[in-house]
Amino acid sequence: MRLRLTVPVELFAIGLAFLLGMLVLFLTGYPPFSALWALFRGAFGTRNAIGQTLTQATPILFTSLAFLLAFRSGIFNIGIEGQFLIGAFTAALFGISFRGLPFPLHAILALFSGGFGGAVYALFPALLKVYLGAHEVITTMMLSYVALYLTSYFVNYPLKAPGWVAQTELVAPSARLPRILPPTQLSLAFPIALGLAFLVLWFLERTVPGFSIRAVGANPEASENRGISVRKYQILAFVLSGFIAGVGGGGEILGVHGRFVDGFSPGYGWDGIAVSLVGRLHPLGCIFASLLFGMLRAGGMTMTRVTKVPLDLSLIIQALVILLVAAPVLIEQLLTRRRKPQKSEV
Amino acid sequence: MSLSQIINLSLFQAQLRMATPILLAALGGLLCERVGVVNIGLEGIMLTSAFFGVLVTYFTSSPLLGFLGGLASGFLWGLVIAVLTVRFFGNQIVVGTGVNVFGLGLSAFLSQKIWGSRGASDAVSGFAPLRSDLLARLPYLGPVLNEHTFLVYLAIALVFVLHFFLFATPWGLRLRAVGENPQAADTAGINVFRYKTLGVVAGSLVASLGGVFLSLGHLNFFAWGMTSGRGFIGLAAMIFGKWTPLGCLLSSLLFGFADALQMRLQALGVLPSQIILLIPYLVTILVLSGFVGRAVPPARYEPYRKE
Amino acid sequence: MVVLSVRGLTKRFGEVVANDHIDLDVEEGEIHGLLGENGAGKSVLSSCIYGLYRPDEGRIFLRGHEVHIASPFDAIRLGIGMVHQHLTLVPHLRVWENIVLGREPRRGLRVDRVRAFAEVERLLEETGFRLDLAKNAGELPIGVQQRVEILKVLFRGAEILILDEPTAVLTPQEVDQLIETLHRLKAQGKTILFISHKLREIFALCDRVTVLRRGKKVGTLPVSSATPQMLAEMMVGRKVFFEFPRERLAKEEVLFELSHVFTDPPGVPLQDVSLKVHAGEILGIAGVEGNGQSELAEVVVGLRKPKKGKVIFRGRDVTAIPPKGRILQGMAHIPEDHHRRGVILDFSVKENLLLGFETEPPFRKGRMTLDFARIRDFARQKIQEFGIVTPSEDTPLRFLSGGNQQKVVVARELAFHPLFVLACQPTRGLDVAATEYLRHILLGVKREGKGVLLISADLDEVRALSDRVLVMYEGRIAGELSPESDEYQFGLLMGGKVLHEA
Repeated sequence: MRLRLTVPVELFAIGLAFLLGMLVLFLTGYPPFSALWALFRGAFGTRNAIGQTLTQATPILFTSLAFLLAFRSGIFNIGIEGQFLIGAFTAALFGISFRGLPFPLHAILALFSGGFGGAVYALFPALLKVYLGAHEVITTMMLSYVALYLTSYFVNYPLKAPGWVAQTELVAPSARLPRILPPTQLSLAFPIALGLAFLVLWFLERTVPGFSIRAVGANPEASENRGISVRKYQILAFVLSGFIAGVGGGGEILGVHGRFVDGFSPGYGWDGIAVSLVGRLHPLGCIFASLLFGMLRAGGMTMTRVTKVPLDLSLIIQALVILLVAAPVLIEQLLTRRRKPQKSEV
Repeated sequence: MSLSQIINLSLFQAQLRMATPILLAALGGLLCERVGVVNIGLEGIMLTSAFFGVLVTYFTSSPLLGFLGGLASGFLWGLVIAVLTVRFFGNQIVVGTGVNVFGLGLSAFLSQKIWGSRGASDAVSGFAPLRSDLLARLPYLGPVLNEHTFLVYLAIALVFVLHFFLFATPWGLRLRAVGENPQAADTAGINVFRYKTLGVVAGSLVASLGGVFLSLGHLNFFAWGMTSGRGFIGLAAMIFGKWTPLGCLLSSLLFGFADALQMRLQALGVLPSQIILLIPYLVTILVLSGFVGRAVPPARYEPYRKE
Repeated sequence: MVVLSVRGLTKRFGEVVANDHIDLDVEEGEIHGLLGENGAGKSVLSSCIYGLYRPDEGRIFLRGHEVHIASPFDAIRLGIGMVHQHLTLVPHLRVWENIVLGREPRRGLRVDRVRAFAEVERLLEETGFRLDLAKNAGELPIGVQQRVEILKVLFRGAEILILDEPTAVLTPQEVDQLIETLHRLKAQGKTILFISHKLREIFALCDRVTVLRRGKKVGTLPVSSATPQMLAEMMVGRKVFFEFPRERLAKEEVLFELSHVFTDPPGVPLQDVSLKVHAGEILGIAGVEGNGQSELAEVVVGLRKPKKGKVIFRGRDVTAIPPKGRILQGMAHIPEDHHRRGVILDFSVKENLLLGFETEPPFRKGRMTLDFARIRDFARQKIQEFGIVTPSEDTPLRFLSGGNQQKVVVARELAFHPLFVLACQPTRGLDVAATEYLRHILLGVKREGKGVLLISADLDEVRALSDRVLVMYEGRIAGELSPESDEYQFGLLMGGKVLHEA
């Protein structure tokens, strides 16, 4: 698969998803236009709104890049959520410990330790897949649940900070990522994620391992024949994917929450999969798609506050985008109004 | 605390109850996979049907109508998935992900609208357990098999119905052929698209029974994300059961036992709930990692394109 | 009486006209040959008649009545059956299940096994086949699977049988058996449309033959009034030379050697395979497909580790060296089915030329990054050198013709002057011009004093190009023959018979 952006199909899918979302509103007796207007205002209307949108976009930009990188090697890493949680957890631990370290160093190391945690957590399904043939779709999905309960256990019992909330104590100030648009929660994690998108693009297009990862994903048999080890590069891509997800988790803890709070992720990892696909599995596409999803999340909160439309409308629109993007042939046919199904090439 | 507090006949009764939604998910997944469609949207289908089961019951006070409502939602999902994956060659994993997100979003959205809470619905009257005095007198087996809702018995009956259907009837033969080698089926004059659609719709319908069981046969209300991964565990049970109905029954009983045991341990406060909750997932991973022999699917997971 | 008649049939795939206004008349009870080279449109025509493709124009008549065949189901209903080039059995269904699939006798809701068996056994008697009906179809040898296919068609009551290149997967002896079977079916009154690109088979079997060339009909004539040279010219459109000049250039020096190689499943286990390829020699491997050729190729390339035995290249033991190391030492590989194994269709021409060399200094700057200026220059040079027709080096390979895709493979494999080339089924699926080009390339490699190991199921190809031929059977080397040996001897070895040499 070449890195190429084809815009119209995705844009059309997004437009259609919003229309269908409005239909849902209409059918359930909510005012569709004012709800959507509130959603857009909540996402872009003010400086704070934009800050919120970017804050929400940050973790899913990380997770979408993570999914993309594994996908490029032919791996369906559905378990981004688990790697994201483990990354967040290890980053929190690192931020809490090592209190003597000075500011940028502590934060950088904490972020890396998050990445390391995610990478290790991705290594399990990678090895299970490559050596035992366990399909990664199911194993990673299961590992996501394991990570959810495991981190929940730790913050409920051994690492619980005093108080009613299941959370760890705060990380040291030296490990925090600075806020860049006060008073919003937007932190340095956002520019890091943006930079990472370009780094991933460069890596895939311009480096030897990136080339090999793409080759292995596009045609494993031909790659093996040419001496490119499918095992090696699938493991590499899997681990790098986990690393990026883990850095994303770390960024969320060090940038937004300052501590690991039980259940802090509303499913950023799952969102990343969808975002990645809506972004046509292109790093730059991921930037736009994560902004769209960030907008839905941030704007959704305002929408709920102003119009009482349940927050989950955002989720419904997201799902519609995913379903419509999944079958590009459907959209193409809607666009060209052809009756017969698309013929495959001969 | 003695071991008999943990392991007794009511544990096995719970095992059968907890195995039911997993079994229904596994059988649903089985039908889809037998025609070459991986359905990871089972989770979303079950959640949707659990929700609509409660919704219809809430407004009609009839669990039977609720049951039909849940089934109808499963049928609709089946059609959507079949159209997207079979007719328009959509990516099966992506479509499944979309179904799961949609199920979660729609159920919470409507739950908020109707009951003012996205967490849980009001309680409704579900299905009462069936009781047979004759069965009760059977030693050991009696208490285990007795006093379940009809959905439990329906699930077990389905195992044998599907076994018969797949391996004894002409349509089952064709269904298997379509999944394993669509070209061969096509040249034998079988309508590949029709059978693929049939498999996916029937599979989604069966999985939706599992959703209805959770909300009307088990808890009698709808809770946010109440399927809690059972759709995925059902897929694992199907793989563990080597894509056969009888295999699905056995592996579902295994997972059901793990589920029942964790509930029991949790109730007794033996271990923190989080640790117990992750046991079924770990078991699944071990199973999938080939510690019980390699799993080879019976079908090719790709859209069939003529020409 | 004309039983099947086609008028003005046209089928286009995008820009390509696969069938251009074709007329065809098949008489009742005859064996009608459909002759043409790869890509002439034979399979497309038969697929239109069988309802797999919908023709864009044209009409089909059955016993004088126009029929509309929209699907194989319609064709079966009208008494037309087809045996495909790629066998279409369901591997995990039993033989009898495969035969009755789609027309199962029923008793209530069940498949009536007893009646199914009885009906199939009656067919076995009629055809003289012997088969174990309870076996899984996937476990049978290819030749036997083909009989199951024929039974499938007969079970559906076909009066007209279409056979699409049925001999491609058979040994010469199996071909003889097939010809016998078809004669028997003809005697029972069946009409047969027999598709082939092999003249020998047309002469042995057919009453009349229709020749196609580039999607057009060249003509129909009785086989009794045709000569091989005549048909060949009709097929190709110009004079054809069947023989390549054979030059003996082999030197003493052994370039590549397998010594007592054994392998484990999956796949056909190799058993005590030894061979030597000398400098300036083409060593051919003949044999029916599925007798260990793919496994042999994997051992040579380094994708499969032998359980026992050695792989030796230029006197050095390379058994433990992975594929990449072997490539860099000067071993090249032109794989079979290049779509799957040779190229990446979604990658550009440039990236495909780079594949496997991406780690090498000329294309790398620094430790990890690729030098795209160098890669572009290299690609442009190869495009020119090998005459690859492409809009640019950045065009995805998907948009190139099959012949040009194959040229990309060849350009890449020969780019760094390998000393040894493994070629697997290198001309399968190529048209005549591309086939000829590739054969000249292989002979050129030999002339430069390098070694070639040629694995091909096309016996004619192996014999035309090789200096020596080894025949594989069930994972063993069944024997060595000179390419001039007669076909019967090849057939015996390919069928597993041991030759008693004097």
